[in-house]
Amino acid sequence: MNNKFMKYYYNIVIFFLILTGFGQMPIFKRFYIADIPGLGWLAEFYKTFFIHNLAATLLIVFIFYLLTTFLLNKKRVKLTMTGIVWVASLTGLLLTGILLTIKNFPINPYPPGFVVFLYLSHIALVMAFCMTALYSKILKKEYIIK
Amino acid sequence: MNISRRKFLKGGVVAAGTIAATAVPKTLKASESNTDETLVTLIDISKCIGCEACVEGCKDVNSGKYPKPKKPFPKMYPNRVPVMDWSDKQDVNDRLTPYNWVYIQSADVEVAGEEKELFIPRRCMHCKNPPCVKLCPWGAARQQDNGISRFDPDLCMGGSKCKGVCPWKIPERQTGVGIYLDVMPALAGNGVMFKCDRCYNRIAKGEMPACIEECPNDVQKIGKASDIIKEAKEIAKKTGGYLYGLEENGGTNTIYISPVPFEELNSKIEKGKGKPHFKKVGDAMENGNNIALAMIVAPLAGIAAAFGKFYKGMKADGGSDE
Repeated sequence: MNNKFMKYYYNIVIFFLILTGFGQMPIFKRFYIADIPGLGWLAEFYKTFFIHNLAATLLIVFIFYLLTTFLLNKKRVKLTMTGIVWVASLTGLLLTGILLTIKNFPINPYPPGFVVFLYLSHIALVMAFCMTALYSKILKKEYIIK
Repeated sequence: MNISRRKFLKGGVVAAGTIAATAVPKTLKASESNTDETLVTLIDISKCIGCEACVEGCKDVNSGKYPKPKKPFPKMYPNRVPVMDWSDKQDVNDRLTPYNWVYIQSADVEVAGEEKELFIPRRCMHCKNPPCVKLCPWGAARQQDNGISRFDPDLCMGGSKCKGVCPWKIPERQTGVGIYLDVMPALAGNGVMFKCDRCYNRIAKGEMPACIEECPNDVQKIGKASDIIKEAKEIAKKTGGYLYGLEENGGTNTIYISPVPFEELNSKIEKGKGKPHFKKVGDAMENGNNIALAMIVAPLAGIAAAFGKFYKGMKADGGSDE
């Protein structure tokens, strides 16, 4: 897999994760976004649920590919502050996401208060993730010290 | 005709039944009220006389949980957001509403060559893996260890996603109540969702749900899942009855037993808003959860791809050295 492919892969997966993640809230129909031709599926909760899980699976593949590649090549990278926030928010999103995914199976693993905490953390982390990505893009801040 | 018949039944049979019911209070066994094992209800349709004692019992016991909306409601944007106000129609009892969590459906059918009107108490099915709980975006819906699913009125924003994902469209919304009023009432939320909570607070005290306690004909029976499922299957085998709720949506904690097939019952009942169907229902969460299972092998796939690339690179390097 070359770098260009990896970049497209990551961007597409993240785009669908964020889109379908917001689609877990009943907002796309309310605010006419699902009325745009081709976007009707955003108001169908089972479709957004499926695509969110699929994109999350593809993201996990990507992260483990990246980590293993770094380890095998014995590469050491130094993160900028932007990079640290990016890694921290992505790790937090993955952890809360996995815990929320476990909850969706026919088991009842957490107390209700913890489920609320997971949801709110997941939303706060995605906001932090999006802000970091925008900050990096607009101000051309790198994640890694080269 | 139906109304007068029901009123007649209410006046006569219920009075006698209530006396009998109050004489011997129905309670849950201690092992059932404190158990972590799922509680399942068996509803024998052939026993229901449509007296609506369950409907009234539910209202009496749960009226304290009903919404008390503040009016006028805040203006919501955009204009398409519907105001759902049942506060002036609290007496409606021919469908599910935020003020009516169980109602009686009826169907004219033929049982063993005889024309018969069947009555069916309808409420939340309390699914084993309830989509309303699992897909609520805030965690405002919860499932207790005993299988009861219910909504927290202090957390619910009234977005109605729970209704959208419910195979029977059970939850009903009341505008003008709940936490959304304190956040951004114009732009987010629209009240609180309401449905049967299986009288969870009564069950915790070892008491029966009101609809079961008030029933003069013992139409419903609640108990441990293993016992009730076994009993339902035995009755169905003995009477040639049909079961509903055992397989629907991956299994529910409410099992109906009917003397006629549910396809026939479904074609005869009045369906629509607040009036659930009796169709076959597949496991709504299955596809999403199946793809989630792939997350278990996703790390291996990533590691394998990285090793593959590394090995290929090494081979290429080795080849060029020679």
